Formats: sequence, C-alpha cells, structure tokens
Amino acid sequence: MSSCTRFDTVVPLHYKRVKDCCTISDKHFYTFVNEFHKDTYVEREPGESSNDRNDRAIRTAAKWYQKHLQLCAEDAGIANEMKVVLLTNDTDNRNKAKAEGIMAYTVHEYVKSLKGSADLIDRLAGLDSKPRGLKSGRYLQGTFQASRENYLEANVSVASREEMVFIQGHKNLNRGMQEDVVAIEMLPESEWSCPSSMILEDVEEKADEETDQEDAIVKTKAAKGPKLPSGRIVGVIKRKWRQYCGILQKSVLPGGTRHLFIPAERRIPKIRIETRQAAALEGQRIVVVIDSWPRNSRYPQGHYVRKLGAIGDKDTENEVLLLEHDIPHSTFSEAVLACLPELPWVITDEDLAKRTDLRSVSICSVDPPGCTDIDDALHAFKLDNGNYEVGVHIADVSHFIRNGTAIDREAQNRATTVYLIDKRIDMVPELLSSNLCSLRGNEDRFAMTVIWEMTPNAKIVKTSFMKSIIRSKAALTYAEAQMRIDDPTLTDDVTKSLRILNSLAKILKQGRIEKGALTLASSEVRFHIDSETHDPIDVQTKELRETNSMVEEFMLLANISVAEKILAEFPDCALLRRHPAPPVSNFDPLVTIAKAKGFTMKVSTGKDLADSLELAHIPSNPYFNTMLRILTTRCMMQAVYFCTGMVAPSEFFHYGLAAPIYTHFTSPIRRYSDIIVHRLLAVSIGADASYPELLDKNKTQHCSYNLNFRHRMAQYAGRASVGLHTQLFFKNRTVDEEGYILFVRKNAIQILIPKFGLEGTVYLVEQKGASLFTYNEEENTQTADGVTLSVFDPVTVQISIDRSNIQHQKLRLQLVRPVISGFSVEPQPVTSSAPPTKKIRSK
Amino acid sequence: MAGMELLSDEGFRIDGRRPNELRRIQCRMGVFAQADGSAYIEHGNTKVLAAVYGPHDIQGSKGRAAVHDIAFINCQYSMATFSTGERKQRPRGDRKSQEMTHHLKQTFDGAILTHLYPHSQIDIYVEVLQSDGGNYCASVNAATLALIDAGIPMKDYVCACSASFIDETPLMDINYTEESSATPQLIVSILPKSEHLVFVEMNSRLHEDQLSRVLDIAVKGCSDIYHILDRAVKEHLMEASIPLSSDT
Repeated sequence: MSSCTRFDTVVPLHYKRVKDCCTISDKHFYTFVNEFHKDTYVEREPGESSNDRNDRAIRTAAKWYQKHLQLCAEDAGIANEMKVVLLTNDTDNRNKAKAEGIMAYTVHEYVKSLKGSADLIDRLAGLDSKPRGLKSGRYLQGTFQASRENYLEANVSVASREEMVFIQGHKNLNRGMQEDVVAIEMLPESEWSCPSSMILEDVEEKADEETDQEDAIVKTKAAKGPKLPSGRIVGVIKRKWRQYCGILQKSVLPGGTRHLFIPAERRIPKIRIETRQAAALEGQRIVVVIDSWPRNSRYPQGHYVRKLGAIGDKDTENEVLLLEHDIPHSTFSEAVLACLPELPWVITDEDLAKRTDLRSVSICSVDPPGCTDIDDALHAFKLDNGNYEVGVHIADVSHFIRNGTAIDREAQNRATTVYLIDKRIDMVPELLSSNLCSLRGNEDRFAMTVIWEMTPNAKIVKTSFMKSIIRSKAALTYAEAQMRIDDPTLTDDVTKSLRILNSLAKILKQGRIEKGALTLASSEVRFHIDSETHDPIDVQTKELRETNSMVEEFMLLANISVAEKILAEFPDCALLRRHPAPPVSNFDPLVTIAKAKGFTMKVSTGKDLADSLELAHIPSNPYFNTMLRILTTRCMMQAVYFCTGMVAPSEFFHYGLAAPIYTHFTSPIRRYSDIIVHRLLAVSIGADASYPELLDKNKTQHCSYNLNFRHRMAQYAGRASVGLHTQLFFKNRTVDEEGYILFVRKNAIQILIPKFGLEGTVYLVEQKGASLFTYNEEENTQTADGVTLSVFDPVTVQISIDRSNIQHQKLRLQLVRPVISGFSVEPQPVTSSAPPTKKIRSK
Repeated sequence: MAGMELLSDEGFRIDGRRPNELRRIQCRMGVFAQADGSAYIEHGNTKVLAAVYGPHDIQGSKGRAAVHDIAFINCQYSMATFSTGERKQRPRGDRKSQEMTHHLKQTFDGAILTHLYPHSQIDIYVEVLQSDGGNYCASVNAATLALIDAGIPMKDYVCACSASFIDETPLMDINYTEESSATPQLIVSILPKSEHLVFVEMNSRLHEDQLSRVLDIAVKGCSDIYHILDRAVKEHLMEASIPLSSDT
C-alpha cells in the first residue's frame, strides 16, 4: 500500500510532525477528518477516559475505511486487495483492535517486516525517545553552532539556558551540522570539558591519521581552564541543509569516482560525492548538495550540482560569496521591471497637489564619493524667532513601490542592497535606485520630509512630517562639504545651512554621548581598484570627517522622531529596531584583558562602559583604545528589527545608541525596513492608505525575521568581500606590516593589522612539531627565547599568500618582530612604513 | 494546541462545518396560544423563543416616546438565567441586553410597515433559552417568524446572519467559540428580496479591504436563512390550512 491515511482524532504529541508530513504530497499521506463524519463519529461513553474514546474512534475509523475500500472495489468490479493496517504502540488498543478483526501491529513490528528496515529502526529509536525526552526535560532542544576555529567543537544554544552547551568530539557531535535543530543530552559534570584553545583545521590527511589527531584532542581534554557545561547530541530534529559552494579534493586513487568536497564555509564538514568528472572539476568552484549522512559514515554524502568557474577568479569568488550568504542576486524578472514607471517620468498636477512644494528651499545632499543611490538630503536656516528650521528629506521610495506588486515582493525578499567591494546587488532596479529615487542635484524628486524647529541648543520645539517635492541644490561628497564649511569666503545658502547643521550636530552628538551612547570601533577599508583589470592596487582605511558625523547625527534624529510618531500611531504593528543590552557575562573576556593592562572596565550599564572606554588609554600604545573598542564590539548583541505588538515595551531599548526607541527610516532605497516605516508614516499623516498586511502584527514580525536574516547575511558578505580582495591584493606581494596581538591561543596568536583592517593567525606550532613556545594560561601569554607575547603587544608580521595548496590559497602571516630566533622571519628589503590610521565609528 | 485551531488545515471549523456553511436551523411557528404570534428557532445550539402582541393601544410609560402617526415597536430581549455556561444573575436589564433590545427595535422599525398602525403599539418579546453565539441573529429570525405568525404586515422577511474572518478566510454564522476568540465579528440583517441592509454591526478590527468579502458571506448566509424560513412558513401554512379545506 503506497498511501497512508491519518485519522483526525488528535494525538497531541506528534500532531505537528504528522501534520507536516501530510503536506508533502509525494509521500501520499492523506487526512480523513473522522470526527466530522457520520459513520465514524463516536460519542464518549460514561466512565470512558478521553484516551480510550480516542482509541475507539480510531478503531471505528479503521473498520469503516476497510469497509469503504471494499465497497469501492465492488463498485469498480475488482477484488479488494487493500488492507487497512492500524499501527499502535498501545497494547490495550491493539488487543481490542485485533478482537474486532482489524490488522494491528506496533510500529516496530510493522517496520521490521519491511525490506531494508535496519536503517528505519535506527531512526525510530531516535524519534521515539526524542519528543518524550524533550518534554520530560531529559533532552534539550537547541540550534547547532559549529566553532569557527575547531572543527571538532560546537556549541548548542538552548532557549531555556543562558549559556551555550558545549559539544566536543565526533561521537558527541553525532552528525550535527551548522544551524541544525538538535536534541541534546547533558553529560554528567565529571565529563564536562573546555574548548581546547587550539585552532584546528580539518587538514588533508588520511582517515586513520585524523583519528589519531582526534584522540590527541580528547586526551588534552584534561586541560585546566574552567569546564563548560557539556553535552552530547542525541538526534537531529530538523536539518538546515542547503547548497554548498566549495572545491573538490580529488581521490588519491587515480580514476577513482569517490571524492571529498571541501566547502568554502569552514563550519561545514567535508562532503563525500561520487562523480566521474573529477578531472574537469579540479581547480573549479563547484556547488554540492547533501543527500544523507549515514550513521556509519564520517562525512555526509551528497552530489555535484553545478560548476561556478575557476578558483581564484574574481567573478567566481564573488558568485561563491553571494551563494554562500544566500543573497538573491539574479537579474530582475520581467514582471518586476514591468512595475517601473515609464520614461520620461513626469510629475503630474495630481502629484503636486498632494505634496508640499519645497523646491525653493536650499537643500543639499552629502554622501561618499561615487554614490549613485542618494537617499537623504538636508537643509537648515535661521527662523525669525532665533530658532532654526532643520529638514531631513528622504527619497520617497514607497511612492514607486506599491504594496503587493511584483517589485514589492522582490524587494521584500531581497530586504537590503548588498555592497561588495567591486559590486552592488541592488534591492530595487537601477532605474529607481540610481535615478528616480536618488535625490540628485538640480532635479525634481519626491521625498518624505521631517522638519524640526530647533533652538540654538538643538532642543526640538516642533516636529512635522510631510510628503514633499524637492530640488537638491548640490550633491556633495563629505570632502566637498567639509571644504565649503571651512572656506570662510563662501556665503551661499547651501554653505550657510551646512554650517548650521554642523554646529547643531556637534551639540546633538555631545548630548548622545552624555546619555551613554557607545562609540565602537571597527576597521573599515577602501580598496583602490585598477580600472583595467579590476584588481585592487591599493588599500586605505576610510577617512572620517566632521561632515560624516554631521549627516549621521541628523539621520539618527530623523529615525528617532519617526519611531516616536509611528509607535504613537500604531502601538501594535510599528516596525522598530532594538538593540538588547548584552548579558554582563559577555564582557568577561574584555574585563580580564583590560585588567591585565591595569584598567577596570565597568560594564553594568552602557554609560559606565562608554566612560570606562573613554578612560582606557596607554600613551605608549595609541592603538590600545581602538582595540579595546573592537573587542567591545564583539561582546555586543545583534540589533534586530521587530514588530511592537510582539515584544514587551520594556525591551524596545536601543543599547548602542542609548535611545529608548529607534527605527530605520533614512535609507529606503537600500533597506526594505525603511519602506515599511515610510508606509506606516504615510498612513499616520494621512498621505496614503493602509493595507491589511501592514496592520497585521504577525505578518510584520514574520517580515522582520527575513529582514534580520538578510541584513546579517549582507554584513557577512561585505566582510567576506573585503577578505577576498585582501587576498587578491596580496597575490603578487609580500609585505611587512605592523599589527597588534588580539588574542593569544594555545597554538597560535591572532593579529590585527589596522592598515588593512585584517585579522590573521600566526601559528606558533608547526603541525605535529614541538613548540618553541610555552603557553601561560593564567596570564594568557606565550613565551619563547626570552620573549613574551601578550595581548595588545605591537608586532610586525610578514603577509604573503600561502600557495602550498593550489586548491586552497590563504593568507599567511609570519612573525618579523620581536625577533625570536628559529621562528621569526627576515624582514622584507623594502618595508612599507605608512603609520596605521585608525577609524572610530559610532554604532 | 490543536484544540484551539479555529480553522484546520483540512478546512474544517471547530464544530465540523466548512467556512461557508450555516449551522442546522430548525424552527416552529405558533408555539404559544395566548400570544398573537410566536415562534421558536434553533441555530445549532442557540435556542430562542419569540412572542408578538399587537397591534394594540399604547400602554405604559415607554409609549411616551411614540410618534403619533406610526406604530410604536416595543422590544424586550432577555436571556434565561440558565442559557449560558455560567448562570446569569439577571435575565434582562443589564447593558448587553439593553443594547440588544435597542438593536432589535432598530431592525424592526425598518422592516414593519409601521405607518399602517398609527397610535398603536406592537410588542416583540424575545427569550434566549440557550446561548451558543449568534444570539442577535437567532432573535431576529425568531421575531420575524413570530411577526409573520401574528400577521403583521412587513416589507419583507428580516434575516440576520453573522460572519467572521480567520486565516484569510471569511466564516459564515459563527458559534460561541469562534465569537469569543479575538476575531472580527460582522452582524448583518437584510431584507432578502431587495438585499437591502437593515442593520450592520461590526465588532473588533478588520481591514476595510477585506470587509466586502466578509459582508458578502454574511449576506449569503442571510439569503440561505431566508429560504429555510420561507419553507418553514409555507409548511406551517399548509398544516394550518389543511383542516380548513377538509371542513368545506
């Protein structure tokens, strides 16, 4: 029998799982609603438990189904060969069923009678105890997070526990993979272990050698260090398999068809694939999917899907990057392009009637050089009463992207524009992003406008919102704007308004910092790209001017004002952004490291933290403070979008900005969240109509999950793109560069090179070789030859590309200074001596 | 939990109906001898009695509100103390009953040809014996039958039906469980032949884009109810008229 029928009498335990099964049409599951059928409904008898009644209902339905099949067969004039089998593990129910003439078995009996049942039985054993175990608390459910540093370690985040559960070793990992939902069992405290503080890669070795290596790690389990709550994975509840990009590791046997595939993502294990095209696939980036992971296999099994191109080729690597981060990057479909307005685009009288005409105001935009999607513009002037009028104008994208259209669905799915070093993956087609929505100089454009009346002390007296039509007088870069402000001979309207904006922004920033907003650091770099080959020819860290912070302050202010407006108008369905305060335990590594240098970090509130960061300076090490800020950034939680109806108001707070509420309003060209916020604002000022989805808190919340996911992925992709270009940059170079030690590990030190915003690892121990270094775990230092390396120490390293493995090139760092004989390398003849520039970015 | 699913994946509602199905309606006319007209109706588990007196002279203090050239419609809605899950303290006079009384009056003011009976009063008494959602609808339908039984001239039958909106699906004739979970509720009374709306009430929030779909299903429910009531009236007339014809 190829089909199964489920009776609707509810078995709550497996209800959702069974239901999910029924939706898969090729499994031939059908649901029969026996409770609502006149022949199968049964009334509960006096004294009968509801469980017994349900069992009786199922038996009645089974009997009816058998009779029904019989009747159908008779109608069709054929013999009925179909048998109804009732599977139940309830002994009483099974006996009664047998007594009534129904074929009844336990699930195990039935499965054993099937061919090839061994595997099924194994899975049953897992399935059977899991949900029950989960319910009783014996097993915990959580999400698998593989370690980036050691492929034999992972953490599982369990909703009910504050700290992650640590999993170590192949056996305990039990075929769990990145992002899987797994059931885990806690190990007894005596078996708890701690991360090995080794950086371990699954290097190419034969299987048995790897087992040795593994044993070695398990032996070092006795390492001191605080033991973490550890567990073992009992089973995988839900797989999060996707397509993986990577390279082929050819079989050692010539002409063999079984090969290993090495994914680009380090947290994914190697995958075993079978192909006859190995020769053609060598040196290529390929895509592979996983089919299964048998119990007795060390690696999952999969198959080859397609070829992306040659390894190291920039286009191929970009494609890999986009696929790996699940970024929709196909060209826009016909249906989407059909939603674009026809050219030439004209402003109708109808449009004019609905909007405030601000074309006479001296508005200008300030952006990075080369920016074509200008979504914000500003103006300011002095009012007669001594106050200032300040306006922020944001491109009115929601005018062009209407709800429910193909372009809206596409933008909602993409959620954000992704910026790679040499490429931009637009959220909306170029006609909108770079033309009709972009607030270009001297062209009439639609905008959503926020206008404040401010006192000279930057106190807001009045806020108003409107749909407007503007004509930007100048599209400036940060540098141009700065020049205008600094040039005393210029007295035109645009320059005057820039000066007003600049002075107000300084007051606003001061106010924000006093409230406890954090100034965090991260290194951002800019590549100079060769116009012919598109290869990077130089790297610089991005410069910061006063005008950057000027624009930023007003964008923050506009976001907060809009957040207040939409929250007041839509308390249940406004889309806001919150940044939860990190648990104090997150700061432990920071506090320890700072203490080693003699500084006390107060971390209980954002204000305390900001103040302690401000005080922590070492005159001899100017980069120390920036590094502390970089480390602080890593202690933070992710800021997330959310729908106000779904989260308690006490949690709306934005920790990093020290703002009670916050949202994203100012970049609708590149973020979908802003489009939703624009729509909400338009409804609340009566400029547009609402639609059902906008006011449905569940839908908004669901949408915000996607926004958060895409936003995170876009960030990762951006970083990966920097990494890729750094590699390309060093392809033909070997450079000595100054850096600082960020972490000291058992077998390596991690180094930050400010000039390139690059982080790399210097391995202190050669594979299997004896180490020159002695590791002091308490003080977190490595000592060799009388030289001690500790965190924050300045070092000089030599950067080059490790080509020893043609398939997998990587950056290699080698120590130059301090000189350690037998370990450090000779400096390059010509050293680049550019001083490190730093960049402080407020988050 | 499965038990609280108002609309299952298979498309069944909590009581086994499809979204566009009414509950079973059973009715009888002429259940009391003393009243001028009376009727009894069941919408599933909602059970309602209605009695009509009049037209007669204006009586009591309420009549002061009467306008001289049309009949004064006096309604009284009450719920038996045993009609709900928890025993009710008082059968009428509470805010909800008063509101319902007012709604009934509004409904029948619009349907009875009141100008035919100046200086007179028509009493409509409605008693809910068992309440399982749609009390107003059952009351209106029962009162219509009672008015027909009393022979009071009306523009048309008045039929009432409720509707809701769950999981993007409009539901017809909602029961107590559906009514009491936070879902929108639209109550409609119509004159079926002309499809004129006599009464519309909306509880909770529903986006206006969806209103027309919900209204459509409520009106469809009303016209379904009309056919049931019409058949019941005809059957009742047949029963009443057979003895007459056999006499002659």
